[in-house]
Amino acid sequence: MATTWRLTTPLTEADVRKLRAGDLVFLDGRVIGVRDATLIRVFDHGIEPPIDLTGAAVLHTAPNVRREGDRYVPLSVGTTTSARMDRFTRGLLEGYGVRAIIGKGGLYLPESLDALRTFGGCYLAIVGGAAAWQTLHTEAIEAVYWEDLMPEALWVFRVKDLGPLFVAIDSHGESLYARVGAEARARLGQILTGTG
Amino acid sequence: MVIPEPGFYEAVEKAAAETYLKALTDVPADVRAALDSARRRETHPIGSRVLELVALNIQAADEHRILVCQDTGTPVYWAFIGSKLGVDGARLEDAIRRGVEAATRDHSLRSSICHPLSRENPQTNTGYRVPVVHFEFVAGADYLDLVMLPKGSGSENQSFLKMLSPADGVAGIKRFILESVVEAGPKGCPPYIVGVGLGGSADLCMVLAKRALLRPIGSRNEDPAVAALEAELLEAVNRLGIGPQGLGGMVTALAVHIEHAYTHISQNPVAVNIQCWRGLRAAARIYPDGRTEALAQWQLPGG
Ligand code: SF4
Repeated sequence: MATTWRLTTPLTEADVRKLRAGDLVFLDGRVIGVRDATLIRVFDHGIEPPIDLTGAAVLHTAPNVRREGDRYVPLSVGTTTSARMDRFTRGLLEGYGVRAIIGKGGLYLPESLDALRTFGGCYLAIVGGAAAWQTLHTEAIEAVYWEDLMPEALWVFRVKDLGPLFVAIDSHGESLYARVGAEARARLGQILTGTG
Repeated sequence: MVIPEPGFYEAVEKAAAETYLKALTDVPADVRAALDSARRRETHPIGSRVLELVALNIQAADEHRILVCQDTGTPVYWAFIGSKLGVDGARLEDAIRRGVEAATRDHSLRSSICHPLSRENPQTNTGYRVPVVHFEFVAGADYLDLVMLPKGSGSENQSFLKMLSPADGVAGIKRFILESVVEAGPKGCPPYIVGVGLGGSADLCMVLAKRALLRPIGSRNEDPAVAALEAELLEAVNRLGIGPQGLGGMVTALAVHIEHAYTHISQNPVAVNIQCWRGLRAAARIYPDGRTEALAQWQLPGG
């Protein structure tokens, strides 16, 4: 039976270990927005992130914003396909203590799933394309770093009641994507052989 | 032949900007209806929760006039030019580009377009050969229909082309389309509109797969054999169990649209271009005097 959890960042290992694939999460606190260019800078160019990511929930995003004086107002904060950032997962968990990756479409590399298990992390699926809804749950942009990468800067969002997020990969090795994908392949086989 | 009045190209620019913004903020009526019906059908606990959030999202975009999804996409336009309209194609293309730039500037749209090697982003949503503009001609008409498709990247990255052999037959075509949907899995934000191109040359085949996404859900290919294949494939896709957002469920696709062309005797090309659930597109009709009408439910000419 799926359980619904309410979590506040920074997340602890215990917060994450209790989550099981299929559970629902509502999140309060800070979410750190990153994307291709942000993570390439950290991991391929070896530049340290400008903030402490211990216990962080990281979101795969690149928002639409409007500049008002010296701050940014969120116009549309959504979620992008995580598969492109899959190879950075282990580094985020092992190197910087990130506890949750919020994204859409899932993670697939065995080393990513292994990192979630080993270091105590989870992948929370948000409804991709539901940026209008997500924006209304984003209270403010608290800080922006690496603005030269715009829109792929490093964003600090304050969120309220962000959810439901779906625990799609838990810290115990269970992935809904792997389960659904394997089933789809099996059904495809049945359809093609006329046994479905 | 009607020569457009001076205000025509400004009207095109304005329509290009307005359809871009409209497409990003307003889910088309046929897609809404398909999503509603999907929600009534879906029994999977996560799948139905996802579709509920999709409905809340559309409502939020309507109420606050904000983007449905943050991805401003690749701006793709289809210009259906009436054969009686004496249009200057180069000016037309330029007006469309200026419209994209105006919409980006005036509405603080995220610029999603960059150089393929340097990745430099001009912050305009335009660049060399972007926006993508396709031209077609409509016999007898004296107006321009401009159809805008802001193609999201998550779904565009799920594009597939295969030059099958004639000996692979219809079975090979079906197999490739279904395998493509399984490969796309959760990555392009299902439930999908599956655009399929059939026949032609490799380039035409892929264009047809994209063109299939212009059709309203519920429309059928005019060729009965192709229409039957659309229905059969939709049923098969929805047996895969991928479900909304690929987290499991009955509704993997809202529609399968196939556009076809004759092909070479030794070829059997198939292309798949996936569209996300947001199914965004918008259309406007521009008359020679610059008068512009938004077209709520646009149909392919003859479709
Ligand atoms: S795949 Fe489509 S709906 Fe999903 S995030 Fe990308 S553009 Fe938006």
